Amino acid sequence: MIGTLATYLAFPFVRYALVVGVLIALCSSLLGVTLVLKRFSFIGDGLSHVAFGALAIAGILNLTDDMLFVLPVTVLAAVLLLRTGQNTKIKGDAAIAMISVSALAIGYLLMNLFSTSTNLSGDVCSTLFGSTSILTLTKGEVWLCAVLSLSVVALFVLFYNRLFAVTFDEDFARASGTRVEAYNLLIAVVIAVIIVLAMNLVGSLLISALIIFPAMSAMRVFSSFKAVTVFSGVLSVVSALLGMLISIIYGTPVGATIVAVDLAAFLLCCIAARAKGGK
Amino acid sequence: MEQLTCSNLTLGYEGRPVLSGVSFSVNEGDYLCIVGENGSGKSTLMKTILGLQKPMGGTIAFRNGVRANEIGYLPQQTAVQKDFPATVREIVLSGCQGRLGKRPFYGRKEKELAALNMEKMGLTALEGRSYRNLSGGQQQRVLLARALCATQKILLLDEPVSGLDPKVTLEMYGLIERLNREDGVTIIMISHDIAAAVQYASHILHVGHETFFGTCAEYRKSPPALRFFASEGGEAQ
Ligand SMILES: Nc1ncnc2c1ncn2[C@@H]1O[C@H](COP(=O)(O)OP(=O)(O)OP(=O)(O)O)[C@@H](O)[C@H]1O
Ligand SMILES: [Mg+2]
Repeated sequence: MIGTLATYLAFPFVRYALVVGVLIALCSSLLGVTLVLKRFSFIGDGLSHVAFGALAIAGILNLTDDMLFVLPVTVLAAVLLLRTGQNTKIKGDAAIAMISVSALAIGYLLMNLFSTSTNLSGDVCSTLFGSTSILTLTKGEVWLCAVLSLSVVALFVLFYNRLFAVTFDEDFARASGTRVEAYNLLIAVVIAVIIVLAMNLVGSLLISALIIFPAMSAMRVFSSFKAVTVFSGVLSVVSALLGMLISIIYGTPVGATIVAVDLAAFLLCCIAARAKGGK
Repeated sequence: MEQLTCSNLTLGYEGRPVLSGVSFSVNEGDYLCIVGENGSGKSTLMKTILGLQKPMGGTIAFRNGVRANEIGYLPQQTAVQKDFPATVREIVLSGCQGRLGKRPFYGRKEKELAALNMEKMGLTALEGRSYRNLSGGQQQRVLLARALCATQKILLLDEPVSGLDPKVTLEMYGLIERLNREDGVTIIMISHDIAAAVQYASHILHVGHETFFGTCAEYRKSPPALRFFASEGGEAQ
C-alpha cells in the first residue's frame, strides 16, 4: 500500500494534484460559515450549475484554457444572482433555481449536439463528479489554481473582521459605516472563484459539499468564530488529503471520495458534540 | 445641546408611507422613549435615523459633532444571530468596526474599549462563552456592550426588554438608566411598556394615528396617554 503510494508520488503531476487539492480545500472551507449563516448556500449551488454550463460551452468552442472562460462567466453570474437574491420583488430562490437548472440543461444539450468526443457520457460524468481532472491539470492551470486560492486566503484574512461583522449583523455593520454591499459583492465573487477552482477537484455537483461540510462540522464542536473558521480550514485540508490518498491507492473517484471523507468527519463531529454536551 | 433634529419626516417602503409628519429633536443627555402600537413604524423610524434607509420626505440632521456612524444600535433581534458561532468577546469587539477606518485588524485600543464595556455590562465572566448558549437577558447585555463600543454619545435601542422576565427587565432598565445618568449617554429607546417609559424617560414620542412629542410631564396629560392609562385602570400616578 505504501509502495503503491510511493510509486504514484514519484510522478510530479500527482504531487501537483495534491498541492492544488489542499489549497482548494482550504479556501473553499473559509467562507462556509458565512455562506451557511447568510443563507447564501443556494447561490453556491446555482453557481456550480452555471459553471457546468460554461464549461460545456468552453469545451465546444475548443478553448485551450477552459478556466479563462469559465471564471469570468461564473463571476458575472454571481453578481447577477446576488442582485436578484436581494430584490424582494422577484422571488430570489425561484429565480436562482431557474437559472441553475437552465444552465445545467443547456450545458448538457450543447455537449450532446456539438461534442466531438466518442465518450460523451463519460465527459458529462467527469464534469459533474470530477473524476480524474485534478490529475490532468497542466502546469499553467496548477499555477492559476495556486495563485487564485492563495489570493482567496489572503483576502479572507485581510477582511476577516469585516466579514464577521457583515455576517453577524448587516444592519449594525451598515450603521457603523461598513460598506455592506461591497462586502456582499466580494463574498459573491470569491464564491464564484472558489467554485471554479473546486470544480477541478470534485466536479460541479459536489462543490457545495466541499464548501459547507467543514463549516457545519466545525460549528457543531466549537463556539467561537475564530475557532470555527480555523478548524473548518484544517478539517477540510485533512479530509481532502485523506480523500485524495485513498482514491490514489484504491482507484476510487477523487471527488466522491473526498466528499465521503467530509461526511464521515461531519458525523464524527456530531458524535463529539453530543459527548461534550452529555457531560 | 442639540444632537439630532428630525423635521416633518415621512417614512415608508417602496413608495408606500407608513408614518408621516414626524418632528422631534433630541438634546445631549435626553432619554427619549418612542411608543406606539405594533406596526406603527417605530423600527422603521429607527432604521431611517441610522441611515439604513432613506426618508421619503423631511430631513434628519445630526449636530454638534455627532456623526451618523457614531451611533450605538441595539436591533430588534434578527433570526441569523440565534445560532451564530461567536463568543461574547468577538461580538462586543465587532462594535468597534466603525473605528477601524482602513485598518484590517483591531488594535489594543479597541480591545481595551471592548473589555471596559463588557465590564460595565457585567459580562467579564462570560467573555469566552458562546453567544448562542446565553440567556435572552445576557444576549441583550452583549448587544448593549457592542452598541457602547460604537458610541459614547447616542444609543438607539429597539425594544431592549422584549422577551425578558420582570426581574431581568428591571436590571436592563437600571443599566440603561445608569448609562444615561452617569455617563451622559443620550438614549433613544423603542418600548411597548408605556408605564416604564413615563417612569424613566425625559421625553416621549408617540407614533401612530396621532403623533405626540414632548416631555414626559406633557405626555401624561396628552390624549393618547390619557386614553392608554384609562384602559389600564389609571395607574399613571
Ligand atoms: N422591509 C419592509 N418592506 C416593506 N414593508 C415593511 C418592511 N418592514 C416593515 N414594513 C411595514 O412597515 C410598517 C411598520 O413596521 P415597523 O417594523 O417599523 O413597525 P414597529 O412599530 O417597529 O412594530 P413592532 O412594535 O411590532 O416592532 C408595518 O406595516 C410593516 O408591515
Ligand atoms: Mg419594531
